[in-house]
Amino acid sequence: MTASLEVSGLAFAYPDGHQALFGVDLTIGRGERVALLGPNGAGKTTLVLHLNGILTGGAGTVTVAGLPVDKRNMAEIRRKVGIVFQDPDDQLFMPTVREDVAFGPAAAGLKGAELEDRVRKALALVGMEEFADRPPHHLSFGQRRRVAVATVLAMEPEILVLDEPSSNLDPASRRELADILRSLDVTVLMVTHDLPYALELCPRSLILSEGVIAADGPTGDLLTDEDLMRAHRLELPFGFDPASVAR
Amino acid sequence: MGAGHAHRLYRAGHSPVHALPPHTKLAAVFCFVVVVVSTPREAMWAFALYAVLLAGVAYAARVPAGFLLKRLLIEIPFVAFAVLMPFVAEGERVQVLGMSLSESGLWGAWNVLAKGTLGVAASVLLAATTELRALLLGLQRLKLPPLLVQIASFMIRYGDVITDEMRRMRIARESRGFEASGVRHWGVLAKSAGALFIRSYERGERVHLAMVSRGYAGSMPVIDEVSASRAQWSYALALPGTALVVCLLGWTL
Repeated sequence: MTASLEVSGLAFAYPDGHQALFGVDLTIGRGERVALLGPNGAGKTTLVLHLNGILTGGAGTVTVAGLPVDKRNMAEIRRKVGIVFQDPDDQLFMPTVREDVAFGPAAAGLKGAELEDRVRKALALVGMEEFADRPPHHLSFGQRRRVAVATVLAMEPEILVLDEPSSNLDPASRRELADILRSLDVTVLMVTHDLPYALELCPRSLILSEGVIAADGPTGDLLTDEDLMRAHRLELPFGFDPASVAR
Repeated sequence: MGAGHAHRLYRAGHSPVHALPPHTKLAAVFCFVVVVVSTPREAMWAFALYAVLLAGVAYAARVPAGFLLKRLLIEIPFVAFAVLMPFVAEGERVQVLGMSLSESGLWGAWNVLAKGTLGVAASVLLAATTELRALLLGLQRLKLPPLLVQIASFMIRYGDVITDEMRRMRIARESRGFEASGVRHWGVLAKSAGALFIRSYERGERVHLAMVSRGYAGSMPVIDEVSASRAQWSYALALPGTALVVCLLGWTL
């Protein structure tokens, strides 16, 4: 079976000369939920923007479900890789929730009843059907984040990439989002600083540090490795002991 | 956060005018205004008839007179100078209430006032019976350049977000003891405005990134189509049609 995502030897420097990635290799199998951990400035966002070809031009290759990310496949790649950005106000740019969720599939050419059906299903997955005709700025932050996930699910992606999904959420919204993510039958790559959230949702984690993958293994093992954690500026919240969490 | 889509000019209702597709109403108002503007100013009775026509529309749309009149106040700054015209215009003078006024100036003032008021009243009726979102769909249907429709649509979506950002910046300023009390503080306000511009610009870049990530390739996909039947068109165009007859009479009589 082909992997959902394969990155090999990916290196990238910004036009100003700052090099963010120094040869990243990783493979994510279909249906896996993987956390991408790392300190600020490790290159996480740069890596994410390579996954759907927003950034290109460095060395190395990215392959999504067997399809290489390059100019010819760009439309297909953008449909397969669903990125949920950190600020839902950036993600939700249409006047109503329904139109926003419809944007991706409509851009891919879907119309009429088929489009309606996609939108309804995606909103149902995140429990937001009844808000379809509301403007996004009338929703709470947690609801907006859920709609942002729906906008991407409507494209039926091969892999869902979430940038800091738990940021700014109150504990209840955070748990609701976790329930939703667990219920989805899709490959997930979750970029986060929220280590308990990574442990809760992702059996496997990667640590990106100084532009390379510094560690790859079961989340619990990485979080309990104190030397590894310290070496990559990762810290657990006060009082949180990953070893004590039933896995 | 502001009132969002339920904008203040809109008056929710289920009248036949509300039910008309937005592009037919836009076309009707546009044609009506063109007809009104082309009417000779001497045909005063014609303008009275136009006002009666609009009153008829307001009645059909169940928009109360008070609502309409209050919103007509918006035109005051625009027609203020019309009041000056009789005093400053050249030409023959006539005596009105002991004041010497220019005759051509009086005609000019009447012309601006009558046509302006009718135009604003028609627009207020359009806004009162059509939701903002529907107006955009109507403009799109009438083949207005898509870029303009997109800009207007983003303005609606992000107006509140930017107002909120502005409010947070004001709170941050005041929390650090700043109070704008005079000319000396304008510099600070100008810098805040600049910062707001840059923030909005950067947000624009992030929004564009999110759009491209979902397959945006330069044009907005069509999600909602509005369409109108022949009957709806003829119903909407009854207003400018009748007005046109009045206008032609105004030229011939």
